[in-house]
Amino acid sequence: MPIISVSQLAPSYDVIVVGSGAGGGQSAYTLTMNGAKVLMLEAGRNYDPVTETPMFQTNATAPLRGTSTSDKPFGFHDSTIDGGWNVPGEPYTNASDDPKEQFTWWRPRMLGGRTNHWGRISLRNGPYDFKPYSRDGLGFDWPISYEDVAPYYDKVEMLVGVYGSNEGLENTPDSPEGILLPPPKARVGELLAKKHAAGMGIPVIPIHRAVLSVRQDAENIPAKLHPGNTKAQAILAASMRARAACFWATPCGRGCSIKANYQSTTVHLPPALATGNLDILPNAMAREVVFDANGKATGVSFIDKVSGKEVTAKGRVVILAASSAESARILLNSISTRFPKGVANSSGLVGKYIMDTVGAGLGGHIPLLENLPVHNEEGAGGHVYIPWWLYKDQLAGKLGFARGYHIEFGSGRNMPGMGAGAGTPGYGKKYKDEVRRNFGAGMGFSGRGEMIPNEESFCELDPEVKDKWGIPVLRFHWKWSEHETRQAAHMQKTFAEIIEAMGGKPGKPKPNGADAIHQGGNIIHEVGGTIMGAQSNKSVCNQWNQTWDCPNLFVNDGGAFASNADKNPTLTIMALAWRASDFILEEMRKGNL
Amino acid sequence: MDPLDMESTPLTASIDRRRAMQWMFAAVAASTALGQAPAGATISQHTPVPKGYGTDPDLTKLYKPGDLWPLSLSETQRTSAALICDIIFPADEVSPSASSLHIHDFIDEWISAPYAPQMADRQPVLDCIAWFESEAESRFKAPLSKLTDDQRNAICDDVAFGAKSKAFQIPARNFGRFKFLAAGGFYTTPEGMKDIGYVGNTPTINFDGPTPEALKHVGLA
Repeated sequence: MPIISVSQLAPSYDVIVVGSGAGGGQSAYTLTMNGAKVLMLEAGRNYDPVTETPMFQTNATAPLRGTSTSDKPFGFHDSTIDGGWNVPGEPYTNASDDPKEQFTWWRPRMLGGRTNHWGRISLRNGPYDFKPYSRDGLGFDWPISYEDVAPYYDKVEMLVGVYGSNEGLENTPDSPEGILLPPPKARVGELLAKKHAAGMGIPVIPIHRAVLSVRQDAENIPAKLHPGNTKAQAILAASMRARAACFWATPCGRGCSIKANYQSTTVHLPPALATGNLDILPNAMAREVVFDANGKATGVSFIDKVSGKEVTAKGRVVILAASSAESARILLNSISTRFPKGVANSSGLVGKYIMDTVGAGLGGHIPLLENLPVHNEEGAGGHVYIPWWLYKDQLAGKLGFARGYHIEFGSGRNMPGMGAGAGTPGYGKKYKDEVRRNFGAGMGFSGRGEMIPNEESFCELDPEVKDKWGIPVLRFHWKWSEHETRQAAHMQKTFAEIIEAMGGKPGKPKPNGADAIHQGGNIIHEVGGTIMGAQSNKSVCNQWNQTWDCPNLFVNDGGAFASNADKNPTLTIMALAWRASDFILEEMRKGNL
Repeated sequence: MDPLDMESTPLTASIDRRRAMQWMFAAVAASTALGQAPAGATISQHTPVPKGYGTDPDLTKLYKPGDLWPLSLSETQRTSAALICDIIFPADEVSPSASSLHIHDFIDEWISAPYAPQMADRQPVLDCIAWFESEAESRFKAPLSKLTDDQRNAICDDVAFGAKSKAFQIPARNFGRFKFLAAGGFYTTPEGMKDIGYVGNTPTINFDGPTPEALKHVGLA
């Protein structure tokens, strides 16, 4: 029962999952492995990374040397299909004309969604990150703590495969022994940064990344993840055996035909399909959740893009995992006399408190890395990173901004693309020599920091604009607070200091944080909009990602995030989706759903 | 000399008019397809509508310049572009010349592309080509192809290290764009990658990390 068309829809399902990325993929996996019959609706086309991934193609064989275009905004070989900052026929709007007060929304239209091209950085939220309000009086506490989520972080890490190390640092959780795969060695530039950052009191440690540095333990992990469920164990073992270890070549953003990294389409969906319990309907653009007279969700109405017709699929439970903003849009568009403001919106908070990650960057030239003896430095992105290290100074109020950031940085002799050699003056043989000398001597630093939810960053339905199917679109409102802009300024200052400590020459930092900070949405860590909380009048979802107003309606993507720690959200989306799906299974068993 | 002056750059002017006509016909063809034929227009059914590769191209296919949209340099311009490519990237003991790697065809692909940033590079590149030819003519009374390496380099010296004087500002800027494209084109070829010392894109069982020599080089061994 794999990929279906509308005519093959079953009369009803246990659960309908809207979206096939991290949240949808994990939900479908957990539910189907435990016997639930699931329909997955995906707005984009079917996609097979095994046959469609450009694994060794070079830029010389790509149009325009692989450079970004409006058709492929992250470059030709990026895995994204039918997507980007703009999706033809599916506009969104911003209330402000000022780019600094606009949200930019990255959407793919393909099976697996953004998990196909994501950065694979898989950091756990720490204990502070679930209780930020208690710590500094800003934003919101989650209704759950690290201890509630930790067992699910363990499970997700075992399932998808994450390399990294345990360093015992503050608010940077260790995984239980034996869960993380061994991290790859650091590169020269990474080691150089480590040496000099240490002198500044800044730790450089192995990053956690959803890449198989070695093959998974298919003998033992399945029984740990699915105790007593021999069918699920056998399916997972086969799925794990179908994944190869990373061979340290070709960028992860292209996807991975050997399934060495996590993407929903190689890790979640194949075993879910193998259970026989999953139907996936591509080209199904969800419009709204439909209800019975008692306000219980009965299914999802969607546009079948193949025929252009509106169709309704029926299910006992509905899970939205369409990306946080798209899920909010579906809720806001689910209007009836019973739910005049959209469903699950009695609090008036659907679409409110949307967040992205604070991003700022700075590069520099490191003379020590010039003329480096030739060797291969490729494979699986950055191998190390800098976790936030100033928790104590920050809590003492010494920094002028309330939340932290981590630093991702890149060095290395990576595959050249457009821009190679362009910064070196001159021409001819001397110029060629200079370019050889400088290859791999540049380093780039990127900060990824926490944004505090605020009243001025939200989305709502645009009163006029509709997409090509007549569905009202989102209008965004966006504003950074000084906590974010000062953080961005601190990032640039720190990057310049690290580069200088390495004997390098940093690029020119922006004059202030408001200029340094990337536009809202740029980091593609879109969360919030249906936040979880302890009280129904102050949140949209409870601790189980279950909407307060409608017990059989869940939001299993980043929408339920009550804060957006500096840690990249995908791992937490998966952990919470697994936890919510366990809850759904239990409630179904009890007859409550 | 102001290279933006049409009189001084006949090569540029003529090709662009031709291309403009091509595009206009294409636009008309597109509107005709929608049933909006302008009165009196005679449309060639064979004029392709310039468009990009779309949002769902085949990513595994190997492409070459001209596969997706027609190239547009004239033969004369193409010859000049190849010569300028080789001024920047002459053959040496490490790698072959840029023209032998058809970098000028890549530049042609770029400036013929139906995307706004590439279209914006078109005129600077054409002006750069025209400027080299007109400098060859005015300084040495011969086309670029007949000049010695020293003569070609003498022209390039005036724009390759920033503008020597105000008069060279625009030619230097145009050369900068040409060089950006030539360099991106060159260093992405297998020969260019080898030249620069890139040895990745090769599967390995383990990531071995830096070599002892590399660590020693930065004082970490």
